[in-house]
Amino acid sequence: MTRLLPTPSQTVGPYLSIGLPWPDGPHVVPEGTPGAFWIRGTVRDGNGDPVPDAMIETWQADPDGGFRHPDDPRGAAKGEFRGFGRCPTETDGTYGILTLLPGAVPGEGGATQARHIDVSVFARGLLHRVVTRIYFEDQDNAGDAVLATVPEERRSTLIAAKTGDGYRFDVRLQGDGETVFFRV
Amino acid sequence: MATPTEFRLPRYGEDPDGTHPPLDSGGYRSTALRHPKQDLVLLPQMLTEVTGPLLGPGRLGEHDNDLTRQHAGEPQGQRIIVTGRLLDGEGRPVRDSLVEIWQANAGGRYRHTGDRWPSPLDPNFDGVGRTLTDSDGRYTFTTIKPGAYPWKNHDNAWRPAHIHFSVFGSAFTQRLVTQMYFPDDPLFSQDPIFNSIPDEKARQRMVSRYDHDVTQAEWALGFQFDIVLRGRDASVFEEEEDEDE
Repeated sequence: MTRLLPTPSQTVGPYLSIGLPWPDGPHVVPEGTPGAFWIRGTVRDGNGDPVPDAMIETWQADPDGGFRHPDDPRGAAKGEFRGFGRCPTETDGTYGILTLLPGAVPGEGGATQARHIDVSVFARGLLHRVVTRIYFEDQDNAGDAVLATVPEERRSTLIAAKTGDGYRFDVRLQGDGETVFFRV
Repeated sequence: MATPTEFRLPRYGEDPDGTHPPLDSGGYRSTALRHPKQDLVLLPQMLTEVTGPLLGPGRLGEHDNDLTRQHAGEPQGQRIIVTGRLLDGEGRPVRDSLVEIWQANAGGRYRHTGDRWPSPLDPNFDGVGRTLTDSDGRYTFTTIKPGAYPWKNHDNAWRPAHIHFSVFGSAFTQRLVTQMYFPDDPLFSQDPIFNSIPDEKARQRMVSRYDHDVTQAEWALGFQFDIVLRGRDASVFEEEEDEDE
């Protein structure tokens, strides 16, 4: 088969908020869904200043660990769970995603991964998205193979802290406490 | 008791070196405080990475693929048709997939509160479009050719005319946001965003192609812009199958 060469990435620029946000973007599940909680956080730059023109996107399994997708070899999950969230940051750099706790998902070699959400961060000044993962501080993260590859002193940047209405997950693009970003 | 079973997952290859811009790209000043300085950690492609949102017709409004028909009147400027195919690296069409665009108006002004340079807004142009690819991976928008606009990155800096594209593909690994440019733009040479792509040939893959067959007589000029996402091949890994499932 012909091998085609990929299209390069470019920044979303400063005006992504006219094109990408959706009214229900932050709602992975509708408001009022039993068990739903907010993941909230602030995106900051190398000076620690809030980034007001970023966008967070999330992708995750449903509460049973399934994906509504044909490439899930266990069979595409049934139901309406969108699995996807999208929220631009406000002028103070904050975002929020309303979702449900993802179920455990199989990993490599028969292992089970800790509950996690994949995250893309887009912004002016980011020529390519950066990718990270959210884990949850009140879940069992001990055996997770991905976390184990992250230097121990940086692991905490991937673990969302429990709050009153959900969890807190801040993103530091650069500098002290820089978030761990992944190559996928 | 769990029994090992084989589990086939697609695998997405790495794009060739020089395809994507380095996050630390000195000519584009906004990268200075926003690029991570620590090394990226390899994330193996597992279920979360090889799946992704399949966003369908529920995301579309009636005139979302025709940016010239979203208001009572017609926008100012050169009417154009932008069409192309969303493909993976093996040339397979990515079907029924959401394509989102946003852009400046004919005078180079975005309908955004942060864009204050002295060029008028157009009351008949929002500069936002969405559509789904068809069974051949094809998308088509009717819009207005965006103008170039100044920015403060360097002395007398101007962005070449461009349309922002956001595509999902079939998997988290394939998510891509890019910009489509127009052929022979004299502003390319001084634009650090366009030139952030190390490989000159890769850079040219962001430039659309004028296509007279797409051009509609007495109506609109036609441009072709294919978007190629990461290719996939199959790999195998094992997992324990729960007996109670």
